[in-house]
Amino acid sequence: MRPIGFLLLLAGWFLVLAALEMLNAATSRAIFVLAGMAIEILGLVLVFRANLIQTEVED
Amino acid sequence: MPQSPVWSEISAALCVFSILLVPLAVAGLALTNNGLGKTRSAAHAMLASMCVVAVAALVYIAIGFSWEGFAGRSTHVAIIGGKPWDWIAAQPFFLRGQELSNSPASLAVLLQMFAVGIAAMIPLSAAADRWRFGAICASSAVMSGWTYPLFAHWVWGGGWLSQVGVIYGLGRGFLDTGGAGTIHGVGGLTALAVVWLIGPRTGKYSEDGMPVGIPGHNLVHVVFGCILAWAGWLGLNSAGAMLFGGIPPTALVLVGINTTLCAAGSSLVAVIVTKIRFGRPDASISANGWIGGLVASSAATAMISPAAAIIIGLVTGGLVALSVEWLEMYLRVDDPGGAVSSHAVAGLWGLLAAGMFAGIRTAGAPGQWLAQLVGIATLVGFVLPMTYSLNWVLNRLIHYRVESDGERQGMDLYELGAGAYPEFMVHSDDFIQR
Repeated sequence: MRPIGFLLLLAGWFLVLAALEMLNAATSRAIFVLAGMAIEILGLVLVFRANLIQTEVED
Repeated sequence: MPQSPVWSEISAALCVFSILLVPLAVAGLALTNNGLGKTRSAAHAMLASMCVVAVAALVYIAIGFSWEGFAGRSTHVAIIGGKPWDWIAAQPFFLRGQELSNSPASLAVLLQMFAVGIAAMIPLSAAADRWRFGAICASSAVMSGWTYPLFAHWVWGGGWLSQVGVIYGLGRGFLDTGGAGTIHGVGGLTALAVVWLIGPRTGKYSEDGMPVGIPGHNLVHVVFGCILAWAGWLGLNSAGAMLFGGIPPTALVLVGINTTLCAAGSSLVAVIVTKIRFGRPDASISANGWIGGLVASSAATAMISPAAAIIIGLVTGGLVALSVEWLEMYLRVDDPGGAVSSHAVAGLWGLLAAGMFAGIRTAGAPGQWLAQLVGIATLVGFVLPMTYSLNWVLNRLIHYRVESDGERQGMDLYELGAGAYPEFMVHSDDFIQR
């Protein structure tokens, strides 16, 4: 779960970079930047969840 | 970001004076971290702080500045889609060829040498009472030699984040004159990565998963550390605004006012939130609120109005107080110093707030909020995985967490052979039957 979370973080960042590079219209660029950040949040949730499960198992 | 091409002697003198205040922030954070830890790890915490600052300064001057550089100096640029992406500096190691005078580049070297120490100290408080001394120094070396300089180049060294305004029309480019993201975002996210790797302190969570309160051992140190840090932050924000924001010395009054208002608003809200939540104000979380306010103010303190600084501070206080509790209780992030909340959370909020409020004052910078979002996305989406991976590798090579005996005896006795308070070496849990 943790590696997938980190991959999602990176994927979200690449989407943000791609939005900057490939889109010129302000609205569509903003939407894609926000979409990239949403993917990053999903990645963060997964990493936090993986940490939660790991500490519960260790206890 | 605009740079002042020629500095008058008075500007340079004011900048040097501001920079020389920054070690007070280091001292303040060290004292705060020390007070929030256990008695039996107090000497270890202070010595580790000193060594972290030493390692950070040496490694940064040896190789870090080579990757960070300064705007206008030689860099590596990748051309993507016909547009230049300046991703890393190409300066010689050990400051060779760098004229050390009163030029902005020289002043930036001096400021960065202190700032990288602050960033490297942040994970210390999150992993207090269980992080081995050698591992602390190794992790600090990696941060000051690679992680920090790389991101700092993107923001302050003329890198691609600072250029998104010019190239993509996003306001003035990513704004972070005092290091809310560059120093505290990087430090706070590294703290989170280290806590994930190292796990919670033994006995922190009961069998039913509820966190056990382990109070800091000296709240006088904590609060006095906050006051010291305030003086240091006035210098940090002033020097950063002049060097990386192109702010004239006449605007430093606004920097001082905004920095103080933001910290004041944040700490008072933290006091109120903890009073509502727990029935009485919590000194350690309120101190975290103060530090969080200082951190949030750093993003664009010279470019916002005093009213905006108060609003930013008020929101920071709530965010810090609630996130400390949330991280500890629901996400099992055992962060004794509240570093993730007061540095990472407050720093990211400060960056976002700069996009919301700096545009109002500087008028005519459309897209500033989007530039700030791109910077935040870079911190969370790139810096966090990178710093986690680097620390994961280091943890494999040199085990981060101290042995269980070390945790039970305390880091002072286990790693240093002597305690900070030899006349008071009595711990209540020494008498608990195991």
